[in-house]
Amino acid sequence: MSKPRTAMSRRSLLKGALVLGFALPVTKRLRAANLAPGAIAAGPAGKVLAPNGFIHIDGGGTTFIIPNVEMGQGIYTAEAMLIAEELEIGLNQIRIEAAPPNAEIYMTPLLHFQGTGGSTSIRSWWEPLRKAGATARLLLITAAANRWQVNPEACQAVDGSVVHPASGRSLAYTELAADASTLAVPADVPLKNPADFKLVGNSAKRVDMPGKVDGTAVFGIDVRVPGMKVASVIASPVFGGKLKSVDNSAAAAVPGFIRVITIENAVAAVAENTWAAQRAAAALQIVWDDGANVNVTTASIRRELAAASKDGEPIVALDEGDAMDALSKDTNRIDATYELPFLAHATMEPINTIVHVQADGCDIWCGTQVPATAVLLAAQATGLPAEKIRLHNQLIGGGFGRRLEADSIAQAAAFANQVEYPLQVFWSREEDIRQDYYRPAYHDRLSAALGTDGLPIAMWHRTTGGSVLARFAPSAMLPSGLDSDVVEGSVEIPYDIPKRKVEWVRHDPPKGLPFSWWRGVGPAHNVFVIETFIDELAHKASEDPIKYRARMLEHNPRALAVLKLAAEQSGWGQPLPERHGRGVSLHQAFGSFCALVVEVAVWPEGIIRLTKATAAIDCGFTVNPDTMVAQIEGGTLFGLSAALFSGIEFEGGKTVQSNFHDYRVMRIDEAPRVEVHHIQSAESPGGIGEVGTASAFPALGNALFAATGVRLRKTPFDQTQLISRSSDKPILSGLAAGTKRSGDVK
Amino acid sequence: MTSITINGEIREVDAPDEMPLLWVIRDLLGLTGTKYGCGIAQCGACTVHLDGRAVRSCVMPVSAVGSRKVTTIEALKNSDAGSRVQKAWLEEEVAQCGYCQSGQLMSAAALIAHVPNPTDAEIDAAMSGNICRCATYERIRRAIKEAVIL
Repeated sequence: MSKPRTAMSRRSLLKGALVLGFALPVTKRLRAANLAPGAIAAGPAGKVLAPNGFIHIDGGGTTFIIPNVEMGQGIYTAEAMLIAEELEIGLNQIRIEAAPPNAEIYMTPLLHFQGTGGSTSIRSWWEPLRKAGATARLLLITAAANRWQVNPEACQAVDGSVVHPASGRSLAYTELAADASTLAVPADVPLKNPADFKLVGNSAKRVDMPGKVDGTAVFGIDVRVPGMKVASVIASPVFGGKLKSVDNSAAAAVPGFIRVITIENAVAAVAENTWAAQRAAAALQIVWDDGANVNVTTASIRRELAAASKDGEPIVALDEGDAMDALSKDTNRIDATYELPFLAHATMEPINTIVHVQADGCDIWCGTQVPATAVLLAAQATGLPAEKIRLHNQLIGGGFGRRLEADSIAQAAAFANQVEYPLQVFWSREEDIRQDYYRPAYHDRLSAALGTDGLPIAMWHRTTGGSVLARFAPSAMLPSGLDSDVVEGSVEIPYDIPKRKVEWVRHDPPKGLPFSWWRGVGPAHNVFVIETFIDELAHKASEDPIKYRARMLEHNPRALAVLKLAAEQSGWGQPLPERHGRGVSLHQAFGSFCALVVEVAVWPEGIIRLTKATAAIDCGFTVNPDTMVAQIEGGTLFGLSAALFSGIEFEGGKTVQSNFHDYRVMRIDEAPRVEVHHIQSAESPGGIGEVGTASAFPALGNALFAATGVRLRKTPFDQTQLISRSSDKPILSGLAAGTKRSGDVK
Repeated sequence: MTSITINGEIREVDAPDEMPLLWVIRDLLGLTGTKYGCGIAQCGACTVHLDGRAVRSCVMPVSAVGSRKVTTIEALKNSDAGSRVQKAWLEEEVAQCGYCQSGQLMSAAALIAHVPNPTDAEIDAAMSGNICRCATYERIRRAIKEAVIL
């Protein structure tokens, strides 16, 4: 069933589509800020070897400057491995630094801006970082050969030194850096054959682990600047609202209170410490001008999405064969509608930023996924030129897309611009949940016509929802007006289906309601929809969901291999007790192939227990296998957590949820066992941070269907729909034993 | 001035009685390993030991500490259970973003100090007050099992 023509057309569309985010129109303006104070300056020739932006060697040691931010995904380690492999140095012989804002040197190639997201880091830096290491190695070898007056070919780089085996001489890189820095940087240095890798491809211990185990790791919130005061923020609870007035007479009685500062849509109480600032903020009497959104509710947004799905003007993302004609004729047709909620990120480290505006510039300490963007926004907020903004990026206590937005940094700069001291602008958990940039809601309709063999001959998919990309990177929108992220995971699917139409109706949330990226981006939404629908088709065709998928994968060996591996390892097909079930999902987003089987038990009361998750992954060449496994473990549970519990709601234009008691996330006693099975591959590396998250939603929904016969087409899954009816068979009593949870009441 | 015993030292702090221990630790004593996550004892990021028991410092007024000994992540290594848990965490490569891990380690150390060989259900129950958004739960379970036999 292989069809080269359509494969080509999908590929070419994908080439334009790629992954989230494209060229922010800021690269040129940032050029002036390239070497802003705080940036790693190219070392003075004669002392420091810094042949590129990633390596800095002097007499004191070797430092790697890592282009992507560390937010848990292990990128400091994986990217250091790429450099170290070619430089020939151990991870225990180097220091790691976060890259300073510099959109030119540190622009993530697949994103076209300096950022970390979309599972693009390793895919982007796989070659450039190895080249950086190889270039420095060559310079050091040349420097040693010159010193010894020998042929460079007779020298070798080993463990941070250059050696000359014939004479037994050896010099450490730190001793050679000065000489090497005076040499011309070679342009095109050959890279190792992957078969010769010593470090890359073997699990390495994470370089950031010790500090995260002994409490010394410094996140943005942990930075202490002499003279720093703390500002606790309250922003307009209604989206788009503005500040009318604030009365601080009660706040003034709080010991440690200093003053109130305001911006157009928010207030901050400044105090000597966080507790005093929070108490003072709570004591403020604030009057808001609520603006236009006071009647916005979850229901009103859902209604509008459903209406737009019917009446809106769709943009076509894919049109292969005449799917609509086939659907109109075929009688064996299935239709389904899916709804996805707004989601908060709820990173463990709430939003915080320290800004110190001074006469000669401005220092910022925070953890951000977009350092260069943050500098630009801070420049706008303070009126300072971008080259006067010194951003000191820190470890990030959870990103998940939240810190791809620098709104909070712009806000902090606007507050700090009103005081002379360093100001830590702090969001309470409540503020963090209520002022998030949410993953937007989606409304999806699908139809398929099944042929006589039970397989789909035509499929139509219409997504309705907002465009993050249109705001985030308008220049990345396709000429047709298509947002490639919105259809990522629905245009490119693993299966061979002859006639397909994919379209999108753009319908943004009400103006003022912030929405943005969330772990898994487009695929986290589309893989749920597609993989649930495929499961529905398998059921309609009375076929096993894995066998059914496999029949559509003859042309796709990598997808088929992970599907088969997940089936084997999960015990797929082995009998289960009543109201237990297994569900599967398969996708190939982010350049990786992943199949996931989730096993559940559903109590008669509808309570869902996740018993096991088995993932099979082919992510191409894997730089640090253990970190990859950790990302699939955690990413899968992150998705399962959202599918079970998470949905942000609005009432009166305000966010209903506020903290972990009402925005529930998965706890350890709710987490299934997770197994990750890895297919070694020589293919180019794929992304990994979001792969498991995208897999999780449909695998769980399909498992619930297998366990109960109830198809849930909305997340978070409504457990009340799963309550056992009297007609159901009796439930095994052992099911409920020993697993009562205790987390909620702590 | 309030006097508290923390990590083996007696420290004087100028804090209102109702100030949560968390902010005394972080803002007045400058020990930033203990984290703020929710402020309402829902997430466990602020977990410290009070006479060896795990407590949520974000809802404990400093005046309620009294003469009990406070231990934070910075001094966890000084106890047998603490050092075993930390070794196991390194062995199993538990942390991802790491923000919640101080709290996870404090809860885990208190668990194995009081229940030397916890069952799976006891581990889940004792750790269910500590949220990890990176969802490192699989490795937390493994590391606690590992710490027991170290």
